Amino acid sequence: MAKTENIQYSGAYASMGVDNSLRLDQFRSNFKVEVMRLNEDDMEFDMIGIDPSIANAFRRILIAELPTMAIEKVLIANNTSVIQDEVLAHRLGLIPIKVDPRLFDYMSENDVPNEKNTIVFKLHVRCERGDARLTEKRRLTGMTIFTEVVVLIFNWLVTEWYFKMAMACYAVTSDELKWLPNGSEFLLATENSASNSTSRPKTYTSFSCSQDSLPQFSKNPITLKHPDIIIAKLGLGQEIELEAHAVKGMGKTHAKWSPVATAWYRMLPEAVLLQEIQDEKATELVQKCPTKVFDIEDVGKGKKRATVGRPRDCTLCRECIRGEGWENYVALRRVKDHLI
Amino acid sequence: MELGSVQDQSASTFSLTDEDHTLANSLRFTLNQDPRVTFCGYSIPHPSDARVNIRVQTTGDPASEVFKDSCQDLMLICQHVRSTFDHAVTNFKN
Repeated sequence: MAKTENIQYSGAYASMGVDNSLRLDQFRSNFKVEVMRLNEDDMEFDMIGIDPSIANAFRRILIAELPTMAIEKVLIANNTSVIQDEVLAHRLGLIPIKVDPRLFDYMSENDVPNEKNTIVFKLHVRCERGDARLTEKRRLTGMTIFTEVVVLIFNWLVTEWYFKMAMACYAVTSDELKWLPNGSEFLLATENSASNSTSRPKTYTSFSCSQDSLPQFSKNPITLKHPDIIIAKLGLGQEIELEAHAVKGMGKTHAKWSPVATAWYRMLPEAVLLQEIQDEKATELVQKCPTKVFDIEDVGKGKKRATVGRPRDCTLCRECIRGEGWENYVALRRVKDHLI
Repeated sequence: MELGSVQDQSASTFSLTDEDHTLANSLRFTLNQDPRVTFCGYSIPHPSDARVNIRVQTTGDPASEVFKDSCQDLMLICQHVRSTFDHAVTNFKN
């Protein structure tokens, strides 16, 4: 019902004598962009006068081919938690990092990790007794006073002794990941350990200078975008010690490198009133639409007329053409070159 | 990679590696807008291979010229979109 393709063939109207070919100047003069909303985290804008195939190409590029930094290699020294190594590494990879990817280069298979293509984070947490960050809250149920008191004393005993000893939980949040501007701290196991090394011991990365000293980072240290993401939960005595290396990549290889949560577009819906709608039919129409697209306009002499007030809010739910005979009054279509 | 015949320059198929619908659909759109083109379309032989075949048939002009021209047009369209978008964002911020 809603036709969404254009007639794109340049000779389609040749028999009628109309020239349908695109000339760049015509496009340039007609094309407009209007920004509706712009926050740090999301944005909504309109493109008028462009074809959906190009807009779709932009959408695909946004999702798949914009580079970002994400954690790729995780070197785990100690993991005694209930979360398996690979699950932990997977979760770490999905954490968004607040850094401009244009400051870094891609790293291929043969490259050595250095300060131009890697960011190193460290995580070392341990759950000690008395560290309970998550405790359960007990609710009072409707029992008699005596049993309630007994339950309360019992709960207190449990919380103080047993509970704290066995079931303490420590939630590891993403602000525990510390940025190491000097590179990796784990030592590489070299074959000839007897050789005298006058230089620094070799680590997993070879940073020739500290990333802190680079002008872009000295004032803005690299952090994670959201410091409150829960990575893992530890029980008593459990420990996680690891190092995570982040590299540059594109959404095509793995979704963790996609810079957008999602991106979509739709065409502007258009509701056209085929006939003049007046009086009771007009009020009925205004009430029918759940997103209040239609408005009443008073045209002198006490008559009312319905107009289309906010076509942008229309969700094409087709409520307005539900009843008998309404299809002759309202036609729902999409504007072919107005993309939101 | 272009497959065509030596005698008839006006019709040929271009096979592009490491591409997908992102580029192919927009190229097909700009090719269609060119009045010298009688037929154009694209296909993806297999979704696991990143390969696109674009077919162009023209009214006499060599197909590779027409293809190059429409690639240029696409680049200009994108540049114009980018500058308009930048203006709109700066206007919105002020």
